[in-house]
Amino acid sequence: MNPSVDALRTTFGDAIGRAEAARDGETIAFVRPDRLTDVMRWLRDTPGQAYDYLVDVTAVEYRDRERALEVVYFLRSLERHADLRVKVELDPRGELAVDSVTPLWAGANWLEREVYDMFGVTFRGHPDLRRILMWETYAEGYPLRKDFPLRGRFSRAEQVRQALNANPEAHYSLEELSIAEAFDEVPAEMRERLRRGERGKLPFDE
Amino acid sequence: MKHVSKEISGSPNWLVTRFDHLINWARANSLWPMPFGTACCAIEFMATAASRYDFARFGMERQAFSPRQADVLICAGRLPFKLAPVIRRVYDQMPQPKWVISMGACASTGGIFDNYAMVQGIDTVVPVDVYVPGCPPRPEGLLYGVLMLHKKIKGESLALPALRDEQPLDAKGLRMPPDEIDEISEPFGNSVHQFRSS
Ligand code: SF4
Repeated sequence: MNPSVDALRTTFGDAIGRAEAARDGETIAFVRPDRLTDVMRWLRDTPGQAYDYLVDVTAVEYRDRERALEVVYFLRSLERHADLRVKVELDPRGELAVDSVTPLWAGANWLEREVYDMFGVTFRGHPDLRRILMWETYAEGYPLRKDFPLRGRFSRAEQVRQALNANPEAHYSLEELSIAEAFDEVPAEMRERLRRGERGKLPFDE
Repeated sequence: MKHVSKEISGSPNWLVTRFDHLINWARANSLWPMPFGTACCAIEFMATAASRYDFARFGMERQAFSPRQADVLICAGRLPFKLAPVIRRVYDQMPQPKWVISMGACASTGGIFDNYAMVQGIDTVVPVDVYVPGCPPRPEGLLYGVLMLHKKIKGESLALPALRDEQPLDAKGLRMPPDEIDEISEPFGNSVHQFRSS
């Protein structure tokens, strides 16, 4: 078991839930969602921990509907050669929301967008929370959720219609490529518009 | 060419057929491909273009990476819905006459990807002339498809209006009636055993 877990427990007390060993021997620490940012900042900035690299953010939903949906953070300390997995449990029937770690690791930006796109988890405080794999006007839901039908919710004809009516340039515009750094500089009204994902309208929609 | 074909409409005579023959010979033997490589099939496409198989032997020396200088669109690989408007735009930008080769099981039918993200056959998006089966087709397979396209081109006539039919999208933004799309997107083979929902 990774010694970071004991250090976490002494620092954060009951904000740290159970800890278990994953099959590959890595340690998984469960953290209460409301303390996530504090725990992550501590793990990143405390000298003995120094988890300076966020490898991946993903989520897991289990077939057993009683089980929580987990958001998983893969941390690595490049200087100590150590790994730690942090999990946050969310109730899939409730609101799926957790604080964004983008302020801590800028690289979390797209990773969290992917989790949002595929699982519908909202990351509070994320600078640019939009779909990233599916196009922005995609209306069928969150494909990796267990209640999502394999072939999607709409008929094939409707899927083709919506896809063909999406504007391909809405996804690959200059805005898209430069928005990450420019987000703070664009006018507030445009920021709001981008946050709502107000692009790529369907021209044939009534 | 337009006025020529108007004047010579009606039953083809010797002049027209010779003229067709000449034009088609030129067209078939200088097809400029627009590669639209989206997945694993594109690797076989590259092998086909490289020295061992070398489709330059069949007049495809110049690959046009701009649709405006291309004659044949080769969709090598699966087409996700997100790319559907892109391939449609590429197709629309190609000048007439133009042809489309659908390379591989995925481009032709959706292949193993009978899921929410994949177009079930690019013929629901653009008209297709030759389907090359395989997962992926070997380079010989693609070359055979190209030769079949040569054969098709050599059988065309300038008088055929279909040659210049753009097949534009209708008012709903589709190229065929919705129930037809649903029909050709139906699961088949092993994927009929996949459930629509968990
Ligand atoms: S047909 Fe096979 S090789 Fe070609 S794109 Fe599909 S999975 Fe890949």
